[in-house]
Amino acid sequence: MSQQKPRTIFEKIWDAHVVKRADGYPDALFIDRHFIHEVTSPQAFDGLRKRNIPVFNTNRTTATADHNVPTKDQHLPIKEVLSRHQVETLRKNCQEFGVELYDLGHPYQGIVHIIGPELGLTQPGMTIVCGDSHTSTHGAFGNIAFGIGTSEVEQVLATQCILQYRPKTMKIEINGALAKGVVSKDIILYIISKISASGATGFFVEYAGDTIRNLSMEARMTICNMSIEMGARGGLIAPDETTFNYMRGRKFAPQGEAFEQKVAEWKKLATDEGAIYDVVLQYDAADIAPMITYGTNPGMGMKVTDRIPTVEELKEISEHASFKKSLEYMGLEQGASLLGKAVDYVFIGSCTNARIEDLRLVADMVKGKKKAENVEVWVIPGSKQVEAQAISEGLNKIFEAAGFELRSPGCSACLGMNEDKVPAGKYCISTSNRNFEGRQGPKSRTFLASPLSAAAAAITGRVTDVRELIN
Amino acid sequence: MKEKFTTLKTTAVPLPNENIDTDQIIPARFLKATTREGFGDNLFRDWRYDADNNPIASFVLNDKKYSGKILVAGKNFGCGSSREHAAWAIYDFGFRVVVSSFFADIFKNNALNNGLLPIVVSDGFLKQMLEAIELNPKTEVVVDLVNQIMQVGAVKESFEINAYKKTCLMNGYDDIDYLLSLNQEIKAFDVAHS
Ligand code: SF4
Repeated sequence: MSQQKPRTIFEKIWDAHVVKRADGYPDALFIDRHFIHEVTSPQAFDGLRKRNIPVFNTNRTTATADHNVPTKDQHLPIKEVLSRHQVETLRKNCQEFGVELYDLGHPYQGIVHIIGPELGLTQPGMTIVCGDSHTSTHGAFGNIAFGIGTSEVEQVLATQCILQYRPKTMKIEINGALAKGVVSKDIILYIISKISASGATGFFVEYAGDTIRNLSMEARMTICNMSIEMGARGGLIAPDETTFNYMRGRKFAPQGEAFEQKVAEWKKLATDEGAIYDVVLQYDAADIAPMITYGTNPGMGMKVTDRIPTVEELKEISEHASFKKSLEYMGLEQGASLLGKAVDYVFIGSCTNARIEDLRLVADMVKGKKKAENVEVWVIPGSKQVEAQAISEGLNKIFEAAGFELRSPGCSACLGMNEDKVPAGKYCISTSNRNFEGRQGPKSRTFLASPLSAAAAAITGRVTDVRELIN
Repeated sequence: MKEKFTTLKTTAVPLPNENIDTDQIIPARFLKATTREGFGDNLFRDWRYDADNNPIASFVLNDKKYSGKILVAGKNFGCGSSREHAAWAIYDFGFRVVVSSFFADIFKNNALNNGLLPIVVSDGFLKQMLEAIELNPKTEVVVDLVNQIMQVGAVKESFEINAYKKTCLMNGYDDIDYLLSLNQEIKAFDVAHS
């Protein structure tokens, strides 16, 4: 009997999807599931029209409107002309090419990376792409999911394949119990602060270790979501009972006996004993504390109780200028602590942290309390289903009593394409994934943190060590 | 078919910042167009113009000293979002080459898919190149894709490029042309896997 070389979960899924491997060409990789949205798809549909070809297999593509949409009065026509045009173009394209669209007002509409998992469209063992870098979120179910550009969206629409070179593999293992006040967002901000915003470029990451195993599905999605923020092509977690229990009974997941058969297959995906990764990193959960970013890339993060580094403390001299520019943009001093720094906005939302568990964490924290006078708080659920669930659990009442505004689903202030923008010079503590210059609005300043830390800041009006508010 | 790329001789524009993300290259609020053209007007928008839309004189793209079809940037260029609009904006502005010591993955792919050549050079060469251009903005840079060599003044460095992507650039091919030729195999695969 021939002995197969031990393989990682990533290699197993990749190998199973190669349609053609030819000398001198990248692999032609078959894509099981393709998600599209209004911003990165119009030029791709134009390409199909120019070539006069249909969508290869409409059953494998799902569309939603999320990036551009208002989070108030979603039943009315979109006011902003260009946004409206883009959403209408998506509508027209989906109709013309026969693609299922969860449009504004549809009970399944929401941020693309939130609706895929909640509808059971996202499954273990698949290849999944979307014209959006946070497609890595889906990897939490044990699949290869990554973001692509519009030319590639066109390729997938036209051929259900993409040409790709196989990235290298990296395992990041975290073991041990998490301390009080520390949640999955802190784990991933901690990892990125350790390896930098480009530390995993060229790699596909697998997260492992008992700390990861003990996380809920939603918490795992938060981790995989931010894989791209350290440059990784994507990140995944081998599926287990937590995965299967989350998926059972979801709308587009296999049902009944068929589901259990799939589970048996999915269990075989886990990395084989002895499989080799190009890089392995290990961390101790006990070293992770509530995290916050102080700069303008997600690698510029620290424990909330730490000080911002000084230029002298940086490892690479070449970074000095960028570092100074970044602190200048943020209006912060080297060596300073952020604790007690007043914030103006609190944004709870995005595909990183706008699932029901995130809203529950926030509601638990603020129940019976009121927001500080100086802050405005936006809670933007990740999808219509999350919104409905929050209302059915009465979370909306808790938010209302605290002075938080619960709005309708969309990307919102995560990237400020709609009217939810943080004004110039203002500070926002945000549960999203990017603190780039101007990300939340021209000249806006972003502190990335967990939903717990954001909720704490909403109550005190300042950057707060959440552990002081919980007992 | 795209414009074919073989060799290029031009001056270059220096932008030494590190970690330039796609939100700086083209801010999200300018992604609302539904065609590929015209993004160059908003390239580096928030670095190029102030809040009242007045050009910021100190920014390189507004500095008359500098011109040319090559953008020379600091490490980890193009990190962040997968928006291909970033590559379109750089191309639409008139650049054909971006040089850095490190590129984010998705950006590199997007650039190559749009006839924009990303060239990775060593940290040392990048530094030399930036200094040479800043000292003399008329410094000519030669990019020879066929032989994979870049020359700045008297110094040369060879660069790596994937053989397949090189062929595509030199001939103006798209990935999609190749994938379309696999149609029958893909159909069979799809049926076997549904
Ligand atoms: S929520 Fe933010 S990161 Fe997520 S898909 Fe929307 S814009 Fe992208």
